[in-house]
Amino acid sequence: MTTVEPSPGLAQPHRLAWQEARVEAIHAETPEVKSFVLRPQSWSGFTAGQHVDIRLTAPDGYQAQRSYSIASAPDDSGTIELAIEALPDGEVSPFFHDVVEVGDTIELRGPIGGHFIWNAPLGGPLLLVGGGSGLVPLMSILRHRASVAPEVPATLVYSARRYDDLIFRDELFRRRDADAHFRLEVALTREQARDGLHFGRIDAALMARAIGTETPKLTYICGSNPFVEAAASLALAAGLPFGSIRTERYGG
Amino acid sequence: MATRGFFGKRPTEIEADRLPPGQYLTEDFPVLSAGPTPHVDLDKWSFTLKDGVRPVAKWSWDEFAKLPHVKLTRDIHCVTKWSKFNTAWSGVMIDDILAEAGIEAPTGFTLAHSFDGYTTNVPTADLVGGKAMIATSYEGKPITADHGGPARLLVPHLYFWKSAKWINALQFTARDEAGFWELRGYHMYGDPWREQRFTGD
Ligand SMILES: Cc1cc2nc3c(=O)[nH]c(=O)nc-3n(C[C@H](O)[C@H](O)[C@H](O)COP(=O)(O)OP(=O)(O)OC[C@H]3O[C@@H](n4cnc5c(N)ncnc54)[C@H](O)[C@@H]3O)c2cc1C
Repeated sequence: MTTVEPSPGLAQPHRLAWQEARVEAIHAETPEVKSFVLRPQSWSGFTAGQHVDIRLTAPDGYQAQRSYSIASAPDDSGTIELAIEALPDGEVSPFFHDVVEVGDTIELRGPIGGHFIWNAPLGGPLLLVGGGSGLVPLMSILRHRASVAPEVPATLVYSARRYDDLIFRDELFRRRDADAHFRLEVALTREQARDGLHFGRIDAALMARAIGTETPKLTYICGSNPFVEAAASLALAAGLPFGSIRTERYGG
Repeated sequence: MATRGFFGKRPTEIEADRLPPGQYLTEDFPVLSAGPTPHVDLDKWSFTLKDGVRPVAKWSWDEFAKLPHVKLTRDIHCVTKWSKFNTAWSGVMIDDILAEAGIEAPTGFTLAHSFDGYTTNVPTADLVGGKAMIATSYEGKPITADHGGPARLLVPHLYFWKSAKWINALQFTARDEAGFWELRGYHMYGDPWREQRFTGD
């Protein structure tokens, strides 16, 4: 049905060691999402779209692990940014929101992931479709594209509940206004349309508009499983080839 | 290193005994796959056994349905950290598939192939001896497409990416050949109890 090419420029697999990372900054992005700038002790870069694994350890040795995508673009700052949504009754995400402070150290390892990634040799046009915190790896791709290949056409379709839930909202609108090759389609599911934003779930009409006249070479879809299922079905129904669509599912 | 301020929502002692290190228990059934969900028509479905490039046996859906089906209830463990207890499947044991084909496994390694182009490698010894099946139903119902239906491989004692969804072939290979995720840094074997998540673990 499809052939899946390995992505160019992927580092050879190596042993991923756990290491400590210092929390350098924390920003409230939306009522439910905070971003965390982390400085791992040793970091040799990553590819946009990858994630890290976080490991928390209680005093008695009990541990919890979760995965979080990297929101920042690969650069030589030696830091990475995560954006974490607080889930009610969750174990790890509320800890980040309620307990973690600048100066803390958090154990992580990475980067991880060799499929939901983009670098300039992969080219475009790109269609990025994110639901809720599924925006995070797409943001890394967008930021990376803006700095290394701004001529690659990219469209972001981003679904959130409300205007105030749009992660990195100001930056996205700024990029939309400043970048002729970047288009933004926002769908708000629980709030009326405003500022050219669409009301309701992503549907066939919105998908058709996002695809526009230039068929994307690669489509990246990320979010909860129901979101990814719905968006991938729309992309297939719009005629995008199965093998050009990559998904990352955050569970649920 | 203890993490400042972290105490955790730990599982009960009984649950903890059944949870491999680094895993947490979930009640729902998360879905993971690299691409969109393929929807495979039953009249286009087939399952092939291959020795290298040579097909040795092939079944249509109706033929496969006539093979002996058994039930298997197991705990499953996903590399993305969730585990689910007592998942109930039914399908055809790999042992019975080999018996129907009238062969003994010719090589020590197997590559599972799926309708969407996905592949994953499993040592043949981990598929036989009552350890694995081609599952066609989950909790008494046909497996839904997002969980790999009509048929998926089930190798519950390895991380769940080894249990290839939308399976259409098992290929015996002379060497241990890396599949889709294994080429992208995931472990060649994937034992949850030894936390073999990534290359070198
Ligand atoms: C590759 C990858 C990348 C990811 N990237 C990101 C990212 O960039 N940002 C992000 O925010 N998330 C991301 N996630 C999701 C993240 O890993 C966690 O799953 C998420 O933060 C929830 O973890 P938690 O410990 O807070 O919740 P968990 O404790 O795992 O709980 C999950 C859900 O179950 C519910 N729940 C828990 N216990 C119960 C109970 N007893 N009864 C009923 N409901 C219950 C919780 O309310 C919660 O909604 C990513 C996941 C993957 C696989």
